[in-house]
Amino acid sequence: MKKSPAIVIKNLSKHFKKLRAVDRISLEVVSGEVFALLGPNGAGKTTTISMLCGLLMPTSGSADVAGFDVSKDPISVRKMIGVVFQQPSVDDLLSGQENLEMHALLYGVPAERRKGRIADMLRLVGLTERKDSQVKEYSGGMRKRLEIARGILHWPKILFLDEPTVGLDPQTRAHIWQYIRKMSQREGTTVVFTTHYLEEAEQFADRVAIIDHGKIIEVGTPKEMVASLGGDSVRLSSKNPKATLSQLRKMKFTTNVRMDGTAVIANISKPQQNLPRLLKTLSNVDSVEIHTASLNDVFIKYTGRAIREESGEGGFMERIMNRK
Amino acid sequence: MLMGFFDAVYALWLREIKVFTRERERVISAIVTPLLWIVVFGGGLGASVEISGMNYQQFIFPGVIAMSVLFGSIFYGLYIIWDRKLDFLKEVLVAPVSRSSVFVGKMLGGMSDVFVQVAILLIIGIALGFVPSVWAASAALCVAMLVSMCMVSLGLIIGSSMKSPEGFNLVMSFVMWPLFMFSGALFPVEGLPSYLNFLVVLNPLTYGVDLMRYALLGMTEFGVAADVAILLAVSAVFMAIGSRSFEKMQV
Repeated sequence: MKKSPAIVIKNLSKHFKKLRAVDRISLEVVSGEVFALLGPNGAGKTTTISMLCGLLMPTSGSADVAGFDVSKDPISVRKMIGVVFQQPSVDDLLSGQENLEMHALLYGVPAERRKGRIADMLRLVGLTERKDSQVKEYSGGMRKRLEIARGILHWPKILFLDEPTVGLDPQTRAHIWQYIRKMSQREGTTVVFTTHYLEEAEQFADRVAIIDHGKIIEVGTPKEMVASLGGDSVRLSSKNPKATLSQLRKMKFTTNVRMDGTAVIANISKPQQNLPRLLKTLSNVDSVEIHTASLNDVFIKYTGRAIREESGEGGFMERIMNRK
Repeated sequence: MLMGFFDAVYALWLREIKVFTRERERVISAIVTPLLWIVVFGGGLGASVEISGMNYQQFIFPGVIAMSVLFGSIFYGLYIIWDRKLDFLKEVLVAPVSRSSVFVGKMLGGMSDVFVQVAILLIIGIALGFVPSVWAASAALCVAMLVSMCMVSLGLIIGSSMKSPEGFNLVMSFVMWPLFMFSGALFPVEGLPSYLNFLVVLNPLTYGVDLMRYALLGMTEFGVAADVAILLAVSAVFMAIGSRSFEKMQV
């Protein structure tokens, strides 16, 4: 039996005076999946999430979230969803426990279930000991954990997270994702998150939608999208490029062999096993570079630029040493 | 649906109470200014001035209390800008509660803050020699509630349409001081030239001051019924505008 989709978005747009922040996007999110909206800063991710949460009215198009239309019935939408914002929105002067109590009241958690549910959530995110301290004494990671506990407190069908790990160190980042996964698996919650970290999307999402300038570029599982590019590739500079070219073409594990300036590029399957064989066979090779295909390449393919220009990760300049 | 409204109002009111009691600086600063007015201004000027047959300090006491209500209420409303800047308001705006419940919750929170401030002022007043009867004190607190209902709503309206705290000073100069100056708090209304008189008549605080003076000193210029009616009417209007203003608030 096919599960009904958690979210159905049709031609959703948001215009701010002259700016088309979100431009006719259409998407479906499957119930129970972890879905990532990946894109650089300014791509329209936060605007999209704000519309899906019933916080921002769309300019045109429609979005059905958990069975309710965001334009027509935003309050019902908000009952069904939990939101963790990018900036912390827990009240500093209240304790963790008090923050959760207020949330329980606002979301209509039945009185007889409040205490137990709050205690349960605190335990799951490991904040039971500090529940009565004021949040202003919490670390960044603790605040995020409290927000996640709060987001799921009222048994939402969908949990939205806007850039959940921005500003957190890598260890905390990994821990936060452990909590998110534990919570969502236990409760069967659909998780939709936005991020500009490729690795986050690749590692934790079942499916990814790449967004840029308010438009959806591509949707699919990370594996599918990367595979569509042909997988990993090698770049060889050789004394005799033409000879190398024809040699590469004869090999079984290479595809899409082509010239790139004076270098020869080819897609290669199972590079760990096949690269040594390749190098044994070829004679004119001066240097080899391996490029592990990632979502960044998918992004470059469709937009012509890297998702993170400042880190200079684009293209085929990755060194072998950086491969895991 | 109605249960949800009251739960939301309660949740927000409770939060305001907790935050108020934990930010002691707010309570202290809310008390110091009126205290200075009474002691310095009232005592200093009062030594040589007598109004309506009574000591000037006594005359301005109700007005000074009304002033603390005015300032306390409007500042409280403006504090919503901090809620927004610190993104606390996002949590409330994304919750499945109506914006009017958010407004009412905040308004009740403000009224509670003012209640505490006025109670403290009355106690301090006793120490300075103004000993009201139990009836007078209770009446004063009720009047304070009525006036703060009006002024907190006004503060929330202004606060929800302001984008940053830089506007605070503008509000002080163009709203708070004029409201206070033209309210009869510091001097009787008849003393003003007629072209300024209409400002006094249009000022809702004038009726609040008049009512406060009736509660504490037994004198009234406009009559209790008129004062109460006008304050209620203006409050209703401000509350309606305020709820609308909250509905339009973007995250």
